[in-house]
Order: sequence, then structure tokens, then C-alpha cells
Amino acid sequence: MAEPRACLECLRRSWLLAALGPYVEKVATGEVGSRSPELLRLSNEDLVEVAAPKVAQQLLARVAALPEEKIYEELALAKCWACCCHDELYPTSLRDAADAPWALIGRGSPELLDGLETFEVVTIVGARRATSYGREIARELGRELAAAGMTVVSGLAFGIDGCAHRGAIDAGRTIAVLGCGPDVAYPASHRSLWRRICESGLVISEFPPGARPWRWTFPARNRIMAALGGMTVVVEAATRSGSLITMDLAADLGRDLGAVPGPVTSRASAGPNALLAAGAHVIRDAQDVLDAMLGPGCRKLERSGPSLDSDLEAVLAAVEAGEATCDGVAAAIGISGASAAAALARLELLGYLRCSAVGSYSRTALTGD
Amino acid sequence: MLATARTFTLDGISARPVRVEVDVHRGLPNFTIVGLPDTAVREARERVRAALVNCGFEFPLRRIVVNLAPASLRKAGPGMDLAIAAALLSASGQLEWEGLARVALVGELALDGSTRSVQGALAMAESAREEGAAAILLPAENGPEAALADGIGVVAVDSLERLPALVTGEWDPPRPRPLPLEREAVSTAPDLADLRGQPHLRHALEVAAAGGHSLLMIGPPGAGKSLAASRLPSILAPLAPAEALEVARVASACGRLESALTGGRPFRAPHHTISAAGLIGGGTPPRPGEVTLAHRGVLFLDELCEFRRDALEALRAPLEAGEVSIARAGGQRSLPCRFMLVAAANPCPCGRGDADPDCTCAPYDVQRYQSKLSGALADRIDILAAVRQPSPAEIGGPPGESSAAAQDRVCAARERQERRLGEGRCNAEMTPAEARACPLGAEAAALLADLYARQRLSGRAHDRALRLAQTLADLAQVAEIGEEQMAQALQLRRRDNG
Repeated sequence: MAEPRACLECLRRSWLLAALGPYVEKVATGEVGSRSPELLRLSNEDLVEVAAPKVAQQLLARVAALPEEKIYEELALAKCWACCCHDELYPTSLRDAADAPWALIGRGSPELLDGLETFEVVTIVGARRATSYGREIARELGRELAAAGMTVVSGLAFGIDGCAHRGAIDAGRTIAVLGCGPDVAYPASHRSLWRRICESGLVISEFPPGARPWRWTFPARNRIMAALGGMTVVVEAATRSGSLITMDLAADLGRDLGAVPGPVTSRASAGPNALLAAGAHVIRDAQDVLDAMLGPGCRKLERSGPSLDSDLEAVLAAVEAGEATCDGVAAAIGISGASAAAALARLELLGYLRCSAVGSYSRTALTGD
Repeated sequence: MLATARTFTLDGISARPVRVEVDVHRGLPNFTIVGLPDTAVREARERVRAALVNCGFEFPLRRIVVNLAPASLRKAGPGMDLAIAAALLSASGQLEWEGLARVALVGELALDGSTRSVQGALAMAESAREEGAAAILLPAENGPEAALADGIGVVAVDSLERLPALVTGEWDPPRPRPLPLEREAVSTAPDLADLRGQPHLRHALEVAAAGGHSLLMIGPPGAGKSLAASRLPSILAPLAPAEALEVARVASACGRLESALTGGRPFRAPHHTISAAGLIGGGTPPRPGEVTLAHRGVLFLDELCEFRRDALEALRAPLEAGEVSIARAGGQRSLPCRFMLVAAANPCPCGRGDADPDCTCAPYDVQRYQSKLSGALADRIDILAAVRQPSPAEIGGPPGESSAAAQDRVCAARERQERRLGEGRCNAEMTPAEARACPLGAEAAALLADLYARQRLSGRAHDRALRLAQTLADLAQVAEIGEEQMAQALQLRRRDNG
């Protein structure tokens, strides 16, 4: 594989975007015509003129005067590398987008970009405020898709994003796209996850090392996520949310859209349910994603669990019916608290159930035979 | 004339001997107390003066100096009134008492000369015995509690007027009857039968009680967490006589002996706004904190996540060591605190839990809230019980099993533990070496090894599972940990990560 390379012109664009952070923050309103992806379509001169007319010339001159060595030194110091749209490592999927970033600053293994085909990349998006159902699904989707050889792209945010990464990092390849410098762990509490992805996955961004996130950089990073994935799957999202903007961006690029169905009463599933009504792919599990992207039956998932005796089946059925605590299970099927506890522990060990930090049980995607 | 009497000042929960020296000589009438007295001790002047006069004695209009030795020890509290009065009577020649230096005197005086009770009478009686005193004189109300100390004469005095008759031998009061330490069948103690349904929660309580394991209950408000915790003392093994004496000593020093003796094992439930000093003890002079008051009993922290972080951090060392040492400018004190930790928390700030669609908590808030559940204190918690809202059928159903039946099983399990580990020890205190030496059936070992390999369990979590499984085996009265017990232990254990 060739070393990632970036030309100076494209790198200067990244540094210019970072310098424009507070100015774009004021003009990117989310209205049609002034959304950040639309602004980022503009040339350097136009963008500066729109965002910071008073200091336009100073900013341009300052970025143009940045010495080449200083740029490379900053990259090296942050253990980052860069590849620009003129490099062969630059993902082909991004070339579809008119507003594609000029350069990608990466931290982690550049091999993940090597020969990356659009149909092998799944973007998982969703609410930061996710329910345990959504988090469980995101983790399973991430894990199973990565295990099936797909690359899982997400945004390292709280909730769905983090779970998708966590599932994928253990099983295979994952790429985190950030709205700040790739060496900035944001949100800070995902630092350990960020570090794990840097070590065995890839973190990319269009912003230079050390750049802080702004409100407008998140929609901007969403457009990269939308363009990277052959399919974008939304797990949970409220009706008006950033995740749905990502879905719109993906639809504009002609990418496949997938949505995980949820209870019609749940606000957290309102977004995906609306997308399903509009014709998105129904995503019940990773197999649905594989079938939609690669064609039905092209790649099969291996995941049937060991067989269960009737007692364990009954407990499993109780959890599937919505009992999340040991007491609930015991009351539902009329067994003692102690035997319910033992049965739950066995099912957890066999991989049928997962227990949260607060002790509530939920079903994994594993199916009995 | 000079006279000397012995008394005590309370320091933490132990009594420090103090020698009261009274000198009465010619000069301008004056009454001075020296030797680091606090305000309550200094005010003894007025109480002693009035008490002497009102009991028919004469208050000498001479220069009176009271010295409290050792001069470097800070003296606190009104308990030295009686000793000062007795020494003053002797020094002024109103009372010929040769044996004054051989007895200890403790008590607060009312203005009419009657005695008022003091805190820590039991510790003072024990300390007097160690100092070689022949008898201790104390207020009538403190007599029964001081009589718990063997090997020392206990004289309950109701008034200063009694002293002349006592000295001449005209009045020879009998030794007060010691307080009954064995718990009588107390109907006021809340019973586990109030907990309806919730079989798993009951089971978790029983396991916690049997092995001395610390317990964390997580569930929505009103699900019965506090109710369950308050019933825990009623299923714990009754206090052994030596333990009961320890509890009485602490309670006596804090002036709450009555309530301590009627309720069985102590149950303390401090409010979550408590400071670190309030929880583990502190202040000047150092006072025992909630952990010491919960000695040999249960410390219940409701709303664990609302407690101040520094207070929770301060709990760690006492939990490990079974005693808390408080270092202050005046020196260092060790107070006992072997308690069982029981905590309760909501799953998120709003209490509904994130599985509930009505939960309105922001993810960052939930994370910050739950971070206290995974901190260093949580590392000391063995059992996690998820509590759910009981169904209407359960609430309206028949009352649960009573405490007595559960207590019998707990006692039987404790006996097995003591046979194996030694007097007074329980499974929760097993060292890692002891935990790994637990007899483990082949299937149980396979189950544990499977989990160990799959979930990258830490060594600590591995030992915790073994300790829990051993308690379950003791409850089931089996010699070897079977698969069933191991599976239950793996379910009950607190998870290290979410």
C-alpha cells in the first residue's frame, strides 16, 4: 500500500476551516442555503467572504503564509497523517460528493482506506440519547457487520455511535469520523474508546490536529459519514435530529437507507419508523443489511446459539416479553428468585442475554436453533 | 488543704482518665478551673457552687484552684461536676473521705445537687477498672449500663446529699442490675413479611445477610428498596454477647443506649447530604461518625448517587479495615466500624430508567449519575440487585415469609462459615487465598472458567464470584459449591462494567 499523501493546497484548506471555526458558527444557521455542508462546497475565497467578510484577507493571508514544514510538523506531533483528494488512497465514495473534504486527516491505520469499496461500508447513525434497546441493537449491528467483513463507520458520539463502534472494534474494522481534529477525543468521556479505535481502527476528520468542535462541524462531519457508507442505517432518532440530516445527505448521494423499527409509541424510534414508512430498508439485524447491500443470501451470518432446555426457554421467553429484572422473570413464570437468578446467569453465559450496569437484562441477537 | 479525685473525659468512644486536684487555701475568694477545660467544664463552677449550698454544705469563701491533670489533655463535657464537688468537700474538710483517691466519680450535677446522666458511662466503668479503681460512682440513670462492666464496684448515686452517708457506711446501695443485652423478642422491629412478592430481592437480602456481603439495590423510586434495607437487621444473626457489649459501648458513648438495645443490630441510614466527617467521624473533639454507630450492624446509604463524592471516597478505607482512624491535631483515635454496607440507587436521575420511554434524562446526566456506581466504592460492593416496581397482584397478595424463618437459615449458614474460617468471620472477609481454596465442583468450576475466559474478568471479580458462591453453598447446606450455586452467584454479583 502506498503511503498516504496530501498536497499542500488541500492541507491549507483544512487549516483554513479550523481558523474559520467561530466565524462559520455564526453564519451556519441550518436554513436551506446556509447549512454547513452547503457552505463547505464553496471555494476558499467565497467561503471566507461569506463567513468572515471583515477579516477575509487577513485569514487567507495567514493560512497561505503557514510554512509547509510547520504543517507537517503539527501532523507528526499529533501522530496523524493526511491524504487529499488527489491521492489514490482517498476513498472513491467521497468523490461522489460535491462537498467532499479536500483532505482527510487521519489517526490510526491508513490501510482501512486502502481499496475501500462503497458497498463494503455501512454507516450507523442514531441518537445520542438512546434507549437500552437502541444501544443493544447498535452494538450487535456493529459487531456482526464487522465480523462479516464490513467496515462500520460512525461518529464516536454518545449513544448509538459509541455502541456501534464498541461492537465493531472487537470484531473487525471501524472508522470514526470526527467533527474536530482527529487527535481530539470528543466527547471526552469516550477517550478510551477513541484510543482503542486509534490503535486498531481509524479516526478521520477534515480538520487539522487540535481543532475544537463547533456546532456546525457536526453536520459537516455527517456529510462525510453519509458519503462513505454504501448504506446508512439509523437505529434510533427523534423526528428532528442530526441523524436524520445524515440520512437526507445519504439519500441525496443515492446511497441505500436502512432503519431499525421500534415501538410506535417510542419517541426514540419515531425517526426510523418514519423513514420505514417512506420506504427505507427494514433492518432487523445485520443479515438484513448484508442482504440489502450485497444481494440476498450473498453473505450469511453464523449465529445460532446452543440449544436450551425447556426451563431456560421459559426464562428466555419471559425476558423477550419485556421482563428486565430477576424478580420480574420469577413472578412471570412462577419460579423462585434463586432459580430465576441461576437461569439468567446461564443464559447470559450462553450469549442469549446481556446484563446492564444497573442490573437489567435484555435480549441479544443470538437465536436458538 | 489539698484533695484528689479521679474522673474521666470522653474521647471518641473511649474514656480517658483525668485526675481532679482541688486546693483550698487562704486568699481572696475565687474559684478557678485550669487544665484545658472546655466551656461545659468551666461552667462546673456555678453548678458545683449551687449544688453544695443547696445540699446543706458550705461553699468555702476561700481561694479555690481546681487542676485537671494531665494538663495537656483537652477535657470536655459536664461529667466532672461530681468529682470536683467531692474533692472540694474533702479539701475544705467537710467530708472525711480517706478512700476518695481509690474510687472514680462521674456525673453532672443539677443546681439542687441531684445527679444527671452522662454519656459513655460503660466505657468509663471499664476504664476505671483498668486504672485499678475499687469502685465507680455515677448517676443513678447510668448505673445499669455501667454495671455491664465486670470486676468493678458500681455505685449509683442520685444526689450529692448521699455522699456523707456513703462515706460513713450508713448507706450501702446494692449494685445496679445490668442492662439486658440479649435481645428480647421485640415486636417493634420491622419484619421481612412486609416485603410482598419480589422473590429475587428477598434472596439477595438473605445471601447478603448470610455472608456479610455488601449489597447495592437499583430500581425506580417506591419499588421497596428502603423497605427491604430496613428489614435486613431482622434477618441478621443475633449479636453474640461480646458483640453486644461492643455495640453498647458505642451507643453509650453517643448517649443512645436505649434505642440501641431495643432494636437488635444497629441500622443507620444517614441522609445523602452528610459530610465526610459526619460519615466516618471527626470534629474537635473527634466524635464517632455513622460508620461507627453502625458497628456490627447495617449502614444504609439511600440514593447512593446523591452522596458527596468525598464522603463516599472516605468510606473505602474503613470498609476494608473494619476500623476508622481519625487523625487530628490532638492525636489519633481508632474507632471500630465493622458494618455491612447496603446502598440503594435509582437507575438514572429521574428514576425511571432509560428503558422507560418517559425517562427525560440527558445521556450525559445518566452517565455522570451512574459513574458513582462504578467508582472505587462500588468496587467494594458484592451484590447487585435490580429491583422492579412490584405488580398490583404482588402488593395485594399475601405477606411474605417472616424474618424468623430467614434468620434461621442465615444463622445456620453463619455457623458453617465460623466453623471453617474461625470465630466471628464471614465469607465476605475471606482473603483471596481462602476464596480460591473453596471446594468447587467440576461443573461449577467450568461455569466460572467459561465466564472468566469470555468476559475478561478481573481477578477481583473472580474472587468475588467465589465468595458469593460459597455463601450460597452455605445457605444450601452443601459441602461443595455446585453448578446451581455458581450460576446464582454469577447472577447476583455486581458487574464491573456496563
